[in-house]
Amino acid sequence: MAENEGEDSLYPIAVLIDELRNEDVQLRLNSIKKLSTIALALGEERTRTELIPFLTDTIYDEDEVLLALAEQLGQFTALVGGSEFVHCLLAPLESLATVEETVVRDKAVESLRQLAEQHSNRDLETYFVPLVKRLSAGDWFTTRTSACGLFAVCYPRVSNAVRAELRQHFRNLCGDDTPMVRRAAASKLGEFAKAVEHEHLKQDLVPLFHSLANDEQDSVRLLAVEACVSIANVLQNDEKQRLVLPTLKQASEDKSWRVRYMVADKFSELQAALGPELSSRELVPAFCSLLKDAEAEVRAAAAAKVKDFCSQLPADTRQQMILTQVLPQVKELAADPNQHVKSALAGVVMGLAPLLGRDATMEHLLPLFLTQLKDECPEVRLNVISNLDAVNEVIGVKNVSKNLLPAIVELAEDSKWRIRLAIIEYMPSLAAQVGVEFFDEKLSALCMGWLTDHVYAIREAATNNLKALVEKFGAEWAQQTVIPRVLQLARDQNYLHRMTCLFCVNIMAPVCGRELTTKLLLPTVSSLVSDPVANVRFNVAKTLQKIGTVFDQKVVEAQVQPVLERLLQDPDNDVKFFASEALEGLRLQ
Amino acid sequence: MEWYFSQVKGTMEDDVAEADIISCVEFSEDGDLLATGDKGGRVVIFQRDRQSNSHKCEYSVYSTFQSHEPEFDYLKSLEIEEKINKIRWLKRKNPSHFLLSTNDKTIKLWKISERSKRVEGYNTKDELGNVVPREGPVSALRVPTFKPSDVVVEASVRRTFSNAHTYHINSISVNSDQETFLSADDLRINLWHLEITDQSFNIVDIKPANMEELTEVITAAEFHPWHCHLFVYSSSKGSIRVCDMRQKALCDQHAKLLEEPEDPNARSFFSEIISSISDLKFSHGAESTQYLLSRDYLTLKLWDLRMENQGPVSTFPVHDYLQTKLCTLYENDCIFDKFECSWSGDDRYILTGSYNNFFRIFDRKTRKDITLEASRENTKPRQLLRPRKVCTTNRKKKDEISPDNLDFTKKILHSAWHPSENLIAVAAVNNLFFYQSKES
Repeated sequence: MAENEGEDSLYPIAVLIDELRNEDVQLRLNSIKKLSTIALALGEERTRTELIPFLTDTIYDEDEVLLALAEQLGQFTALVGGSEFVHCLLAPLESLATVEETVVRDKAVESLRQLAEQHSNRDLETYFVPLVKRLSAGDWFTTRTSACGLFAVCYPRVSNAVRAELRQHFRNLCGDDTPMVRRAAASKLGEFAKAVEHEHLKQDLVPLFHSLANDEQDSVRLLAVEACVSIANVLQNDEKQRLVLPTLKQASEDKSWRVRYMVADKFSELQAALGPELSSRELVPAFCSLLKDAEAEVRAAAAAKVKDFCSQLPADTRQQMILTQVLPQVKELAADPNQHVKSALAGVVMGLAPLLGRDATMEHLLPLFLTQLKDECPEVRLNVISNLDAVNEVIGVKNVSKNLLPAIVELAEDSKWRIRLAIIEYMPSLAAQVGVEFFDEKLSALCMGWLTDHVYAIREAATNNLKALVEKFGAEWAQQTVIPRVLQLARDQNYLHRMTCLFCVNIMAPVCGRELTTKLLLPTVSSLVSDPVANVRFNVAKTLQKIGTVFDQKVVEAQVQPVLERLLQDPDNDVKFFASEALEGLRLQ
Repeated sequence: MEWYFSQVKGTMEDDVAEADIISCVEFSEDGDLLATGDKGGRVVIFQRDRQSNSHKCEYSVYSTFQSHEPEFDYLKSLEIEEKINKIRWLKRKNPSHFLLSTNDKTIKLWKISERSKRVEGYNTKDELGNVVPREGPVSALRVPTFKPSDVVVEASVRRTFSNAHTYHINSISVNSDQETFLSADDLRINLWHLEITDQSFNIVDIKPANMEELTEVITAAEFHPWHCHLFVYSSSKGSIRVCDMRQKALCDQHAKLLEEPEDPNARSFFSEIISSISDLKFSHGAESTQYLLSRDYLTLKLWDLRMENQGPVSTFPVHDYLQTKLCTLYENDCIFDKFECSWSGDDRYILTGSYNNFFRIFDRKTRKDITLEASRENTKPRQLLRPRKVCTTNRKKKDEISPDNLDFTKKILHSAWHPSENLIAVAAVNNLFFYQSKES
């Protein structure tokens, strides 16, 4: 009996195997995802001799199936008998590395890279390296592109003779006829450079880097920019200057805007790789020329790097360089005809304030911020406001408020609600910096005004803002300034505003504490129980559930329970529902 | 060069269904495959028979599939025809073949692959896939195996590039970087990545803010065969603009403008219509100079990209005798026909079509030209084609045909030249004729 049961347990596996060739893609996919179950049932040997050969031929399937297969095979070592037999997984992955679908190939390469680590040094030379060579000499570009990603993982672990061969193969790939292969080689060049010995790096890879950086195809040249970073990272200072810098400068002046864009986009990494000394001497002019590039995409990418670039300049000459070279360009960018450029700049330019110090910021940056705050494009204004805190720290809140506050107040009433939202989110940190007095005088009216905004998102943000403010200024302040205004809303004509009142109570009760809540908030909430609008009434129930935990048991029984029980008799179904939810939540039922 | 008949495809009956009319013809990069598209949205691929007998080259059907279906745009209440406007082959990347096909709105990437193995071995089913009733517990597991089988050709759509064109797509062209391609409609050109279907970049937009100010439309666009940053587009006014994608992301401003100054004396009501360019083709680069060939209603023109403001390098009249018939051609709408043109593999000859099922081949070296007829009468194996002549004077010689007797319903709009051999494919309504030169 027990034996029979044991044998029949094979039935689900049998079905699973059959579904590997089901016509329904989803079933095949499920089956592939449970490949480890199949392999376990077959045992290591049958997996090696039957399952793997079958999978090797399964390359006609749908991409999603192949993708799942490529992923599974990377985790299959234990199932074929451990690292001793890991090489038998290479065959199916090799055929997956030839398919035309990039995602599948990439996944196959990723799995091959994982398996490379599990090979012993000897197996790596016996099985893995020949695979790399086969792929690099393949008839179709798909195999050759896949090969590019495999060099770095096996190179460090093979003999010198094999290394020389691998370098030769990589060289061939860099000079391949098809741009796809050269692109793949260019994108893996940096990684390979880290694996190769220093002398071969200079002898073999740097010339390859130069030829890729001069490729006729824009799409290859732009990838060479990325390789610049990795190669510079492994070279000595003088070598960087000799071997990398000219190429980099050339790329920053490339005829194709896409290449220049790449330089702009990678500028911080390039700067870090070249080191502070070289970059401050050589890269500042290049950066400035990207800032005034003819193509807006390039200017926008460079503008977004202004802060990072400047902060990486050496401290002793930094301020001077920013003032004399970078800032003039930045000022022009602030008036750029393209709004993407302006908003990219606005997102980072505040970061220059700490680098320049108080006086220079007051003199040079403040006028710039004021112009940006008045920019016609809302995104620019938004970016400025969301980054104001950096400036606060440098020039002090007095200066900020004196100079920038009028502009902020103006924006608080902007017709674009996203702008208003950004201002609200900035309020708590501003409040913390200006202090109660100043806040009451200048900003509290604004904060209260937002509670009755016609956009829900603004009202919601305004409620959250109140909570943050009460947390900062304390319950007493709340009692004096906020609560009266909030409770006033309960008597508003507009039911949306009455609901806002409830939302404020929800959020403020925990901060205000038991006494205030019982004394001031609860009566108002209870008074809304007879509101003509059902939405308000069920929000009363929801609010009571939320704030119920704040009160002591006596208050709950005396004041909360009756209200909820009354709501339970409400003609509206939703109200009844939420009332019973609340009673349950407060364990009153 | 003398030409003889090689093959004809398609039914020889007179009654032709609209859906069977061929709407484009395109050889693959090595010429082993030829794809045609038709008004019924189908793509038919012919493969060259590789026989030991080398001078005999015949094509036979390799794969047929429905590329596009008729659709209806509910937002604009517009029918979208399934007609295939253009087919472009991709360079080969693995044993499969890939092509792009487009109708007015949607571009599709097709994979055509062969399968020569089938799977054998079920545990719980018979070989036909029917479930076998269980007889007791399963005692052993069987792993399926692959067995050789007859070759099956499958076509599957890999990507669909849609929703990027407000107007009708007239051209698609694959970039030499082999990862991007362009698609052009009447007013805009978009740039796509072959692997990304949900975004494309607009690189040319000539739509005026006020559509009443519209004076010209884009009629064709093509990438330079190896400079990945250059592309050209032609307009309904007969000018060609060369754009450099390196300079700016948006190529509204052309790098160069190629056009022929208008002769004020020849100006007429029709001059703008007949100067509209219907096709553009770069030469293969067999010579040191890279030429661009354009076809307008009456002529073929050869341009050198380096010679801006100097007009075409040469002009080849295709059917000058129609000059006096423009009024008739306007009335029967023929004047809006879009003839295509092509280069021979060595760039020496150029081919284009005309009416009455005539097509024309020009020898650039000797400046000789020839008129041939794609006719169902001349379909004997290896039959020589007799050159045809249209008489241009009043005195009609023997064998000549008078312009008045030309059949304007029979036109060779689509034709293609094999990329390396003197073998041409000419589409006449629903028939595809293959002709070979005597030397080859």
